[in-house]
Amino acid sequence: MTTKDKIYYREGLPVPETPDPENSPEFWRQTDVVGKPLPRVDAYERVSGTAVYPSDILLPNMIYGAMLRSPHPNAKVKGIDTSAAEKMDGVRAIITGQSAEAKNVKWKYRDQQVPLFASHCRFEGEAVAAVAADTRYQAADAARAIKVDYEILDFAVDYEHALDASAAKVGGKGNLLNEERYGRGDLDKGFAEADVVLEETYRTPCELHTPMEPHGCVANWERDRLTVWESSQGVYAVQSRIAEALDLPLSKVRAVGHYMGGGFGSKLWPGKYTVLCCLLAKKTARPVKMMLSREETYLCVGNRPASTMRIKAGVKKDGTLTALEFDCSGPSGAYPAGGVQLVDWLVRDLYRCANVRTSSKDILINAGPARPFRAPGHPQGAWALEQMVDALAEKIDMDPVALRLKNIPLESQAREGAPPYTTTGLRQCLERGAEQFDWRESIKRINGHNGRDNHLKRGIGVGACLWIAGDGGPPSTVIIKLYKDGSVNLNMGASDIGTGTKTVMAQVAAEELGVHPSVIQIEHADTATTQFATPSGGSKTVPTEAPTVRNAAISLKQALITMAAEDLKVDRDELNYIGDEIVWSGDDSKKIRITELSTLQKRGEVIGVGYRGPNPEDKVVNPFAAQFCELEVNTLSGEIRILRFLGAHDSGRVLNRLTFDNQVYGGIVMGVGLGLTENRQLDENQTGKLCNRNWHDYKLPTALDVPLVMSSLPIELDDPESNNTGAKGLGEPVTIPTAAAIANALYMATGVRFTRAPVTPMAVIRELSKKEKG
Amino acid sequence: MSKDDQDNRHCEGYTRRGFIQFIGVGAGVVGASLISQPFNGPVLANEDDQVLPAASMVKVRLKINGNRYEVLAEPRWSLLYVLREIIGQTGTKLGCDRGECGACTVLIDDLPRYACLTLAVEVENREITTVEGLMNGEELGPVQTAFAENDAFQCGYCTPGQVMAVEGLLRKVESPSADEIRSGCSGNLCRCGAYQNIFAAADQAARLKKS
Ligand code: FES
Ligand code: FES
Repeated sequence: MTTKDKIYYREGLPVPETPDPENSPEFWRQTDVVGKPLPRVDAYERVSGTAVYPSDILLPNMIYGAMLRSPHPNAKVKGIDTSAAEKMDGVRAIITGQSAEAKNVKWKYRDQQVPLFASHCRFEGEAVAAVAADTRYQAADAARAIKVDYEILDFAVDYEHALDASAAKVGGKGNLLNEERYGRGDLDKGFAEADVVLEETYRTPCELHTPMEPHGCVANWERDRLTVWESSQGVYAVQSRIAEALDLPLSKVRAVGHYMGGGFGSKLWPGKYTVLCCLLAKKTARPVKMMLSREETYLCVGNRPASTMRIKAGVKKDGTLTALEFDCSGPSGAYPAGGVQLVDWLVRDLYRCANVRTSSKDILINAGPARPFRAPGHPQGAWALEQMVDALAEKIDMDPVALRLKNIPLESQAREGAPPYTTTGLRQCLERGAEQFDWRESIKRINGHNGRDNHLKRGIGVGACLWIAGDGGPPSTVIIKLYKDGSVNLNMGASDIGTGTKTVMAQVAAEELGVHPSVIQIEHADTATTQFATPSGGSKTVPTEAPTVRNAAISLKQALITMAAEDLKVDRDELNYIGDEIVWSGDDSKKIRITELSTLQKRGEVIGVGYRGPNPEDKVVNPFAAQFCELEVNTLSGEIRILRFLGAHDSGRVLNRLTFDNQVYGGIVMGVGLGLTENRQLDENQTGKLCNRNWHDYKLPTALDVPLVMSSLPIELDDPESNNTGAKGLGEPVTIPTAAAIANALYMATGVRFTRAPVTPMAVIRELSKKEKG
Repeated sequence: MSKDDQDNRHCEGYTRRGFIQFIGVGAGVVGASLISQPFNGPVLANEDDQVLPAASMVKVRLKINGNRYEVLAEPRWSLLYVLREIIGQTGTKLGCDRGECGACTVLIDDLPRYACLTLAVEVENREITTVEGLMNGEELGPVQTAFAENDAFQCGYCTPGQVMAVEGLLRKVESPSADEIRSGCSGNLCRCGAYQNIFAAADQAARLKKS
């Protein structure tokens, strides 16, 4: 990984144009609409059941697709017999690796090109055939009726042993996909300077996204024009991947995704199933709906890879961090997918430290490839680093919040030239968070509580973070249209993945145009009718789209002022846009209502186009956060009850307090899953298959597992350099420090350092009895 | 159907025990079909002593949100499939199709139930309420209003199920305690993690319903 911000959503994208310098608006000092807790503009649709998600699409003549996938983690396909399946009721088409339509279709895992149907299936769930039939039941029946002759091969699914000489080779060659190193300063000198040096190995599990709406799509051809409704975080990414796979011009592929039921990174791009759905639709000349089963979403549409992290750290008595050494390994899966991407980033960049060395090993195993998962790498790294910082604080007898405050960076040390941050709210997150959480008093209270003879022990813990991105950036284009009655259409390509994108963008447009958000109609996430946007992910949607929306509103206002100058016959530079009027600065009785502009009335509409300009040169825009947790451990049953959580987040300007807080709570809930409940389990010894392939066996936090009370404390720092709205990303940082904060609270409650996530009741009991035995 | 089952249906909805017994009965039907004469043409699913081959279509009469529907369905089709793909009421969502997430929650005679684990033939002539059925014309019902005002969702895909779970709870308990709300929602997963706002919405909905 280079020291430049080059992560998943930007790779391969060309640098776009920027707005004219004179278009760059002033930073808002005060706002009327932005920041207000407006309910979502699409709340009605979402709660009434009228919102149409891709899985809800019904088209005349539509039939259903289903996939057949390898049941083995490593196997060669020797032969496929579809004869029985073909004869079944309702079956309309079957496509396998032998079918003409699939032969030349390519798929890509990062840079590795693979055939659509590999004759060598490297993971359980790799595609083997696809079927279309009249009903979903018939399609599934037919897929099951296809007979496949597999040559079953030895497998490697335990990444911690996949580099052993005896391990099966996933790709024919070695299983070490990539190794990266980073260093600064002099590590030996750093450890020599330290008063305390600690070393520990931490592990996080493989976590599965499992968004509530399964992955899937509906495909329909009108002769050579294809429309795909995909449950997706980015319609333009769907369009380009499909066009590339099917060798079609972009103009022949329309991707639509007005609503989508969650993605968390796993829906940043489409899957092989999307291409197959298109091929089945072509072959049958019918629209085809292909929604993956819940089990398939466990097998083949991504995960947050497990990681093993050895960390060694040195600190002086006064709290100065002198050295950090970090070695991590993790699996990409069966194809290159960023198995250790960014796991070391927090070690490199979160705290001031002159001497740092990291290494990261990305390993191939016979399991489904990873996909970016909310803040790739960061929650894993935080699990190790934030527990280590706590352990150091204890050893030097310093408060863990104070130790963190001692090491706040003002520049990004891991980037070349150590450029400064536009704002570093980490200090305020920690200080004001600790204050609101009543950190000091809580420690005293808990010490009293735990001193009593009681099997319920309490603890509090803190975790801090930054997120490598959250700055957004080009490209993005937005069009705002003013109708002749003064109402507005906001046209943008971005998907609203549940974060409230539509709502906050309407607020930004309303703020700049001085209209009420209710008169703004939003058109979004359709490659045929809306403007280019990168997928919604990486906490970049708000800081990318919000400034672009503002630029579009400004360009619209400029067009209106030019029209007013013609109508009023004065110089345009002497005109001001005030409320719903344009007023001459020479004499404010000389003015015109915007809806009366003659050109607007003649044309019927006026548009403004906005482009996302570049980020500041030589500065870094990152969000920061600190989270605080209080919990109670039942030392007899091992159960953990989270009593309260506080998220203090510096994400720049808050555009909508309701959706902001909702993100914070949601991120904490997801972090609870990583810390306490979620763990993909592969049968390492016997079959190599996935053991927990559903929500019954793979546990998400439910209504009964979430913290009893959650609160959100926005740390709003003016950040005019970040972009013209001052908003930074939020969706990733909210889940980065959560699990680590829980682990630190567990330590206070039990005296046990839980190095392996998730901490299940069983793990609690195991560790406590180990401790008792000494 | 045993006496126990009947009791389960009329008092507490389907307890786990009752459900397992029901599956037992279903398996008996399929087994018996192997030795019986195949039917020609649709039959009424709720008539006694009729044995159906799995793939033959039967006529099923459903009462959804007060409207009557008559559909041809395979006996194995879930209520969820019939609602979404046959009748075209897609407010009820599919998250897992195996009784784990609650995205498909509907009310059957006022009790929340997973439509993915309910066969369409099983609920002939029962009162089925879906999220669409909570609307007053174009206006949101009280639970829906509370969800909108409390921002009780993110992606919104679990939301119809959550709304129905809360509606079911409030039909049974007028003023639920915080604990009752949490357990009332505990059969419904929200991967976006909007639980705290869902609880707040349930609380407000209870008040809205009374006012
Ligand atoms: S879809 Fe019915 S419980 Fe998940
Ligand atoms: S709102 Fe997305 S799953 Fe609940």
